[in-house]
Amino acid sequence: MANHLHNKLNKKEWAITVMDERKNHYYQPGFLFLPFDLYTPEALVQPIQKFIPRDVNFINESIEKIIAGENRVEMANGKSYSYDILIVATGTNIAPEEVEGMHGDEWEKSVFNFYTFEGALALRNKLRDWQGGHLVVHITEMPIKCPVAPLEFAFLADSFFKHKGMREKVNITYVTPLSGAFTKPTATKALEHLLGEKNISIISDFAIERVDNDKKAMIDYGGKEILFDLLVTVPTNKGDKLIERSGLGDELNYVPANKATLQSLQYENIFAIGDAAAIPASKAGSVAHFEAEILTKNILHYIHNEPLTEEFDGHANCFIETGNRRALLIDFNYAHEPVTGTFPFAGLGPLELLKESHMNHLGKIAFKWIYWHMLLKGRHIPFVSGKMQESGKEFV
Amino acid sequence: MIAGKTIAVNEEGYLINFSQWDRTIGEELAKEASINLTPSHWNLINYIQGEYKKEIPLTIRRIGKSGVVDIKGLYQLFPMAPLKTATKIAGVPKPASCI
Repeated sequence: MANHLHNKLNKKEWAITVMDERKNHYYQPGFLFLPFDLYTPEALVQPIQKFIPRDVNFINESIEKIIAGENRVEMANGKSYSYDILIVATGTNIAPEEVEGMHGDEWEKSVFNFYTFEGALALRNKLRDWQGGHLVVHITEMPIKCPVAPLEFAFLADSFFKHKGMREKVNITYVTPLSGAFTKPTATKALEHLLGEKNISIISDFAIERVDNDKKAMIDYGGKEILFDLLVTVPTNKGDKLIERSGLGDELNYVPANKATLQSLQYENIFAIGDAAAIPASKAGSVAHFEAEILTKNILHYIHNEPLTEEFDGHANCFIETGNRRALLIDFNYAHEPVTGTFPFAGLGPLELLKESHMNHLGKIAFKWIYWHMLLKGRHIPFVSGKMQESGKEFV
Repeated sequence: MIAGKTIAVNEEGYLINFSQWDRTIGEELAKEASINLTPSHWNLINYIQGEYKKEIPLTIRRIGKSGVVDIKGLYQLFPMAPLKTATKIAGVPKPASCI
């Protein structure tokens, strides 16, 4: 947003400040590949400072509290800053402590997650010499960041163990609280077919109550029990504790916002973008990217006292790695489910929607470069718009 | 046809118009789901309908913190996919909490 806005705002009238407590920015889509030694840890980290435009202030400190009633941000070191407009982009974190026993004795011994850099790295070290057994890939509860990532993990695990010549020593089970492999029925059908093809069994409607560390088992509220040798779970996702401290969030610490304009429902000069917003869109990087284009225009409208006419349509666009250097691509929004067709050019592609292909895999791999060099710098990706394009797609 | 009335439902069996719901329809839908409705079930159904009228999205976590029933209790009342079953019986749309 800073990269988008600094070119559009009059520098005599506006100052932009980015506040972030971290020194490093992580390429989070890479956390999926790190456990399988497909990316090195170094490729996934860059200093945040590098992406802050020169005319934007950067405060590398922790925030204690947002005092929205006074348009003020209070820092952990006692300093205080006032604002005219606040954009909240605090994202989402894992909260394994939400499930009894998940963050217990077996954490990072046989219970892992790959949603943090440290977690993905610990899992890589485990997988390097794991001898096989029952691998369970698990989602605790929705919503989670990147809802396709656990499926991709299962697909990549299948391919990883095949290449190591030990697939027959590993049972892979995919466990989800949903009624099927994915949240959207059309994609679910395609993905469940792939799970079957790769000999990955699926257990759906599993609502975990606790992890039994001695028995190495997950137990659900209905009493069902699933044993594991290696559990790769996506713990409950929650927004930042700062949002809770500031009284700005819902019960999962996400900021309730207008799903089209991204304006906070509580304060008109606060906007929420990406995973931090409580809106019915996927918590996916592509969503944050598309939102940024719309939010930039709405911030300008807000500054000029105009109605916020730019509307986010819930557009998400995700590559789904299916292993063996192939991938699927899905494109959807609030109104339309993932569809078949071509992307980004109607009838031409080169990427095919909802079909496994090597080209889609190349798209996913190329995305790392696009992310570091274009997305973070606020550059528009040619031919890919914030709102979902309807041509070239086959709607049911 | 549910409980002798013509009711519009979607392909998954959820009522399209909440205004068409009444207790007999709730009872009939519960029977289909093999659930015997007790006063605790009705408390929860009333709560779900209240939240729906206030346009507050429903999640299992939110119900667990509502004070009406805890999550364990919710699974005892509606053992299979509790939120989906309970909302169907309550005549409100399937919660869109899974995105």
